Parts: sequence; C-alpha cells; structure tokens
Amino acid sequence: MLTDEEKAIRDTVRRVCDDVVEPNIVQWYESGDLPARELAREFGALGLLGMHLEGYGCAGMSAVDYGLACVELEASDSGIRSLVSVQGSLAMFAIWRFGTEEHKQEWLPRMAAGEAIGCFGLTEPDHGSDPSSMRTRARRDGTDWVLTGRKMWITNGSIADVAVVWANAGEENGGIRGFVVPTSTPGFSAPKISHKLSLRASVTSELVLDEVRLPAEAILPEVTGLKGPLSCLSEARYGILWGALGAARSSLETARRYTTERTQFGKPLAAFQLTQAKLAHMSTELQLGLLLALHLGRLKDSLGLRPEQVSVGKYNNVTKSIEICRTSRTLLGANGISGEFPIMRHANNLESVLTYEGTAEMHALVIGQALTGVQAFR
Amino acid sequence: MNIVVCVKYVPDAQSERAFREQDKTVDRDAVDGLLSEVDEYAVEEALKIVEASEGEVTVLTVGPAQAADAIKKALQMGADKGVHVCDDAIHGSDAAATSLVLAEAIKKATDGSPELVLMGMTSTDGVMGVVPAMVAERLGMPQVTFASELTIEGGSLRARRDGDAASDTIEASLPALVSVTDQINEPRYPSFKGIMAAKKKPVEQWTLADLGVDAGAVGIDAAWTKVIDVAKRPPRAQGTIVKDEGDGGTKLAEFLAAGKFL
Repeated sequence: MLTDEEKAIRDTVRRVCDDVVEPNIVQWYESGDLPARELAREFGALGLLGMHLEGYGCAGMSAVDYGLACVELEASDSGIRSLVSVQGSLAMFAIWRFGTEEHKQEWLPRMAAGEAIGCFGLTEPDHGSDPSSMRTRARRDGTDWVLTGRKMWITNGSIADVAVVWANAGEENGGIRGFVVPTSTPGFSAPKISHKLSLRASVTSELVLDEVRLPAEAILPEVTGLKGPLSCLSEARYGILWGALGAARSSLETARRYTTERTQFGKPLAAFQLTQAKLAHMSTELQLGLLLALHLGRLKDSLGLRPEQVSVGKYNNVTKSIEICRTSRTLLGANGISGEFPIMRHANNLESVLTYEGTAEMHALVIGQALTGVQAFR
Repeated sequence: MNIVVCVKYVPDAQSERAFREQDKTVDRDAVDGLLSEVDEYAVEEALKIVEASEGEVTVLTVGPAQAADAIKKALQMGADKGVHVCDDAIHGSDAAATSLVLAEAIKKATDGSPELVLMGMTSTDGVMGVVPAMVAERLGMPQVTFASELTIEGGSLRARRDGDAASDTIEASLPALVSVTDQINEPRYPSFKGIMAAKKKPVEQWTLADLGVDAGAVGIDAAWTKVIDVAKRPPRAQGTIVKDEGDGGTKLAEFLAAGKFL
C-alpha cells in the first residue's frame, strides 16, 4: 500500500521520535515543560515542518507522506504532533496560501528550518465552535491596522516568533481577515496556560492583543471571511485524522504485549476470550482508520478533499482512537493508569484532540449538513 | 577527495533469522534486510569528510537484488552514487571471494586509483571483520582497522584505535582503506530532501563479467570453508531455585562456589 519512499519517510520519523522524543516524553509530560525550540530545530533539519508545502525551504512532500509522519509523531505524543501541525498546517500554511511574497520570504524558510516558531489565533475565550462571532477587532488607523482582543488555547503561543491572528476588520474591509503579527510587536503578549491535565507536553497559551499596531502590509491579502481560517483548519484536521491513530497504535501495542506477559488465574491475560475480543475489535478499528486515512490521503494528492470528507476522517479516527486507548487501559488493569505505560497519557491527550480543530459534535453536524442539506448548528 | 564506502545488506537482527536447508546459507526471503548498522557509521564518516572539503561518495555493495535497499539508504543519507555488484554466481561466497569482488569493483569505480575506501569494522550478520583487511591487501593499500576517530591531512590520515588497555593514534599515507567502529560518529537520519533526492541518484549494476572476475573464483563452491551444520540455540534451561530453610546463605555460597564465582 505504501511506496518505498513513503516507508523511508515513516521510518525516518519513527527513528527521530525514538531517539529524541521517547527517552524524554514522560518527563516532559509530567513537568509540563516542552523544549519546543530545540525540538523544532531537530524537526526542521529533517524537513518535517511544513513538509507538504512547496518552495521557500519546504520539503514539498505528498499528503500521504505528511500523514505517515503525523502517525509516528503522535505515537510518541499528541503534543509533539500538535507542535508540528500548528507550525506547518496552520501558521505556515496560512502564510504560504494567503500571504504576500514578502511574508513568505520573511517567514517560511526560517519556519521550515525550525528557527522561527509560528502560532495561529482563531479561537477566543467565548468563541470556540462559532468563530464568526469573534470579538477580536482590527481597526484602521491611517494606513495602519490596530488589533484588540484575546485568543485562547493557542498552541505554541508563548514561544512563537510570529502569530497568524484572525480578527474582524468590519464589513467594509471584508469581515474576518488574517494578520501576520511578529510577537515582538508592542501590545502583544502570550501568557502560558498552566494546570492542563491533557497535552501536557505542549505549549498552550492565551494571546492578548492590546492595541497591537501593525503596518498595512501585515494583512493577508489573498482571503476574506471565515473561509481563510477554515481552510487552514482543514489542513490541520487532515494531519490529525492520521495522527490520532498513532496514539491508538501505541496504546494497542502496549496492551497486546502486556496481556501476553501478565498472568492471572494461572494463564496469560491474552488467553482469555474477553481479552482477545477487545484486542480484535481494537485492531480492526485501527486498521479501518488507517485505510480511511490512506484513502483520504490519496484523494488529497489527486483530486483534493472536500471539508466534509476531512470531517468524516477526523470524526471517525479520533473517536475510535480514544476508544482504543480507553479499552487498552482496561487490559492493563491498575497498571493502565501508571506513567510507566503510555496509555493514560495518550487517552488524556486525545481528550483535547477530540475537541480541538472542530469538536466531534461539529464534525458530525458538518457531515449531517452534507447528507441532508440542512445546517443544524446555526 | 573521492571516497568509496563498501556496505553490506544484512538480515534485520530484530527478526528471526533462518538458514536455507539446501546450502546452509542465510534465507534472505524469510527475513527483511537492511543496511548493516555499522556501515552507517562508515557512510556518515565519508559524508563528513566530503562535506568538509569536496569530492564524491560512492557507495558499493555486493549482494542479491534486494541489496539495492542498502545502497538506497546510503544515497538517502547523502552519498552521491551507487554501485551494485549483483550476480547469481556470487551466492554463498566467503570473505576471501567477497574481498576479490569488492577490490575489483573499487578499481573499476575509481578508474584504478581509489583515494580512500571506508568500511564498517564488521558486518552485523557474519561478524568476521576480515573483509576490510583482505580488500586492503588486494588493493595494495595501507589498512587501518577499527578506527574510532579519523582525520585527513593532506596526503595522509590519522586514526585512533581504542584497545582495552590503551588507545593508539596511527598515521597512514593515502590512498588507504579504513574500517570504522560505532564510536566514530553519530550517523544522520535521511532527511526528507535526502529521501526525495536519492530517487534521482545514479546506481550502476555490474556483473562478475563487467569486473573481469572468473565466476569459478567466487560462490559457494569456491569457498575455503563450508557450513556443514546449523542448529538453533537451545532454549534456556530453568535456573536453580534455592529454598531458604535456615541454610539459604550456605546454599547460595555453595552455588556460587560451584560456578567458580567465589
């Protein structure tokens, strides 16, 4: 099903994760502290950041290549995959697709190399699934733009060099518009969100925009309205529909091995039919998810994907993956909650993955709308 | 400097390995293969030398059709071109015959004047470690084996060899052949750009006839040694359980004394 090059890419990402991530991930997760800049440079050297984009120092790989990389990253930790998703599919993609030539020249090569980190500000404290009601405003002052508002749950926010921020610029200026905001701009701050019980090996922040003054050329000229940020989200969701399966695979493999080694009632747990039924069900769902991901990937590389097709992938693969993690946890009994095994970490991470980039409920409604022609969420 | 790196395609040590019934050679169909791990260090060292100065890295392997994967991996890491000597007559060759084919291929690949040849110190399957010395002898070159550090200065090289009691630093004139240990560097991963670029890099396919090597001089029938029997390692026997009935310490001491640990 995979070409030799696709396998080589998968194997390379696996090896990097085994060397750089696996030995440290438990400690990063427990301390809630991720050396994201060092990791970004490591991933940049490999070609992982914005790998599916062409030009400007990006590797120009296929959608399937990108998906396979996401699986390996998330098999280590969803937070690590999030770092790469936000950098490549949200921040870099927005600049690559909607930015000026100057934006691209200034930011993309450094972001591809992992020398500059990007974040993407759409969600707000009071506006998650309904971004069209956002309160962040962009006001014209002479030729300048002045941004005011707050963004919430922004991955990479506190460590970013550049933020792609979406703000309402008023009907006369095209409604929701994107801005390339160097994080050194006065009035911009990004306090870190602490006390997370999920995605602990990921930097999550609030963005505070207090009269952030930007020159006219900071605006992303090539798109107006919500379709701008939504098309970026579609890119990131595509990576997630692959990635989540990595967390599931890691959990299932841990459970499979554990049940062959753990003995109860004088025989291995794997010798109980209830154990085998769980393993068989999980393995089947995992393989179905991978087939769906690969099918969507081949489609994306040929005809392209419609948003509802991405929704089918994210909806199915994330809900099935979290179920696989939870079932795997039961097979490890009490040991399932131990940090000695990755399962509880994966399960906790997927709670975030289930919600971010379009909640499972919103994806169900997008699919529902495609099936019935009726929009049920407005 | 142009460098030839000799690499070997070996069965993956992670998998269960088996031997073919008819001739007691490794059953390559039953197991996935890969670039011998130690050879990655030789490829890395060659890339570092060339990157610090100039020149080309040619990666050479002798092996069956699947061995092309070992070349591909080295090309993905950054080597410039590959040479694959593939001929059914080579099947079952011993170290001496392999060194003959490698030496002739090195000559052909460098128009008779190799500058530096690098190899891993030993393959991870056969683990004989004699091929580097044999190839150096056939090419009439200085041989520097088990190098854990290598520097090139003008017309000579310096290498550090780590022994149990001491480390020697030795110097040799170029051209020379060096085999390296896994202490010499940290092999790079193939980057995505490397993986894509490797698809376009040239790989030459040569037969024994192309090298002017007589098929009778190689292969299983020409081997100086013959594998007459292969047996799986027996499963480990269960250990001894010492039950403490007040004399546990004594029993333990007796057990250790019996094993000459005391």
